[in-house]
Amino acid sequence: MLPSITRLSQAPCRLLLSVSRRYQSFSPRPFRVPIPQRSFQSATPLLHKAVEKPKTGEGLQVNYITPDGEKVTVYAKEGDNLLDIAHANDIDLEGACEGSLACSTCHVIVEDKYYDQLEEPSDEENDMLDLAFGLTETSRLGCQVIMSKELDGITVRLPSATRNLQVEKLR
Amino acid sequence: MPVTRSVVASFKGRLVGAPPLSSLCTQAHFRFIRFYSASTHPPPASTEALTIGMVGSGPAGFYTAQHLLRNLPNVKIDMYEALPVPYGLVRFGVAPDHPEVKNVIHKFETIAQDPRFRFIGNVRIGHDLDLAELKPRYDALILSYGASQDQRLGLPDEDAIPNVFSARAFVGWYNGLPEHRDLNPDLESSDTAVVIGQGNVALDVARVLLMPLDELAKTDITEHALEALRRSKIRHVHLIGRRGPLQASFTAKELREMIALPDTKLHLDVPLLQSQMEAGSAILSKERPRRRLMELLLKGATNPLSNTSPTSKSWSLKFLSSPIHLVTNPTTQALEGLQLEKNRLEGPLNAPRAVGTGEIEEIPCGLLLRSIGYKSVPLQGLPFDSKRGMIPNVRGKVQNEDSFTSGIYVAGWLKRGPTGVIAATMYDAIETADTIINDIQKGELQPRIGPTVPPGFKGLESMLRARGVKVVDFHAWKKIDEVEVAEGTPKGKPREKVVEVDKMMEIAGR
Repeated sequence: MLPSITRLSQAPCRLLLSVSRRYQSFSPRPFRVPIPQRSFQSATPLLHKAVEKPKTGEGLQVNYITPDGEKVTVYAKEGDNLLDIAHANDIDLEGACEGSLACSTCHVIVEDKYYDQLEEPSDEENDMLDLAFGLTETSRLGCQVIMSKELDGITVRLPSATRNLQVEKLR
Repeated sequence: MPVTRSVVASFKGRLVGAPPLSSLCTQAHFRFIRFYSASTHPPPASTEALTIGMVGSGPAGFYTAQHLLRNLPNVKIDMYEALPVPYGLVRFGVAPDHPEVKNVIHKFETIAQDPRFRFIGNVRIGHDLDLAELKPRYDALILSYGASQDQRLGLPDEDAIPNVFSARAFVGWYNGLPEHRDLNPDLESSDTAVVIGQGNVALDVARVLLMPLDELAKTDITEHALEALRRSKIRHVHLIGRRGPLQASFTAKELREMIALPDTKLHLDVPLLQSQMEAGSAILSKERPRRRLMELLLKGATNPLSNTSPTSKSWSLKFLSSPIHLVTNPTTQALEGLQLEKNRLEGPLNAPRAVGTGEIEEIPCGLLLRSIGYKSVPLQGLPFDSKRGMIPNVRGKVQNEDSFTSGIYVAGWLKRGPTGVIAATMYDAIETADTIINDIQKGELQPRIGPTVPPGFKGLESMLRARGVKVVDFHAWKKIDEVEVAEGTPKGKPREKVVEVDKMMEIAGR
């Protein structure tokens, strides 16, 4: 592990991103959420954030449509972002930069009516979206979409890009 | 009954809904257990695994490995790396002030801990071990060794004149690539540097030359580079492009960082930019990324604040200019300037050509970095497209001109040419992995079985030892990693990179 790499994925840091990102200091990660060691895993688990799942029957609904067209419905707590929620639920959404707005690998396509509920993307998010595969009018970075009551029931699609195209044909 | 192991076919249904990378190991194991406990066949002996060799340990290699590990429970992957340290351009290419981009290393570490994966560092394929020796040891080979050379300007004396470097070497120098640690650029004899090229590498080197040192000092930039930059007199950097602003290939994040540099002004030909934006308005209205980039460029160049307050540093984007002659001091041979020929654009708006006008301009400079693209080098026995600097392939499969290339795949820059960010490499790696999975399904790639099962790395270690080559495994790399982090901590840096292969080997052998 690299102890002093900035972890911008933590929710409070989102504010920092709106100020000049370039010149904020690369402070050591201030706080590490303890994550239970799982069996079969000798490496330090590298979850962005230990997202607590809500109790059964509670929580905000999030629907992910996978590149294969499968709809996966999960429940999440307010304040969690779509990247962390995906990871907590074993949904295959990459997050190479761990939510620090330095890549576009957690690109999701948001259903129109929910897209309009979201705050405008920041310049930094748009910069990364510009590099995303299959950019659409309602594209966002999963790490920047924070769940709120207004977003209960949101549906997002994971872009398919090139993946599984050939595999699909053979099925 | 034909004796072929069905590695994929009986597993097809599981391709859907693969787990996130963060739980790769765990999931892979659960799947393995689920699969075999549900199967009537006993778990195969480890010798029966599909054995894949990979060359290169950058993002293309790791992402390909990850996708294979996720979808082929029975795969074994040996990843060869020429250096004792992994991660390729994530370690040696990504700018030191972009630590967020390097977060992807956490994911690669998880992949490397998979018991089906083996990192084999300090083995140079084509030098310590020939491709022809490697090939029979594996069911398939994946080459992802990237682009280790760069495009040249083609100017006379380009290699002979001091302080003329490739940006690749300059980046390698400040990022601790052993090959370039002794580059020793002279940053003190002149206040002006020229970078040929207008891509993100060009912006990276310009930014490192101009950004505040106290910011740079908190990064994993090498100490020797930091020392040289502390003494640097470079205050002005010109970035030269042969075509216009619409053809610039840098992206918005990097441009935004340049515009935000304190005490630094951007110069460019604003009327040219405006006229090009107007002429290209049909293209810009359809291409959001380019439109946003041009708007940002215009904003950065016309920012009233930076126009009024005097700055001590500057950078410029010079468009429509081609380098034609390096000007040197007749007695000392030192670089003193660069002659540029002005160009005009001809041909279609979306892909115009630069045509020389004969008009010459000379700009003084004491450091010149060429940053007009990287190129790969071919390994012996493989087809190569020298024009595009890549191995000809279809979706990652090397074109089958003879039996030697059968079972060889490519990923990353070697596959598609040296361009694109990590996200592009990720998708491209997944495509290569999918091609392999399909080839197994179609029977075009058949894992060998029984006595012909490929041995992989088994037996190679002693052979390499006999050749004087010591292998660095992932555990040994972690020792180097720990030393680097421990040396960086007191300086307030994420790590202090070890820049000599000998020292890396000494630590690895502790």
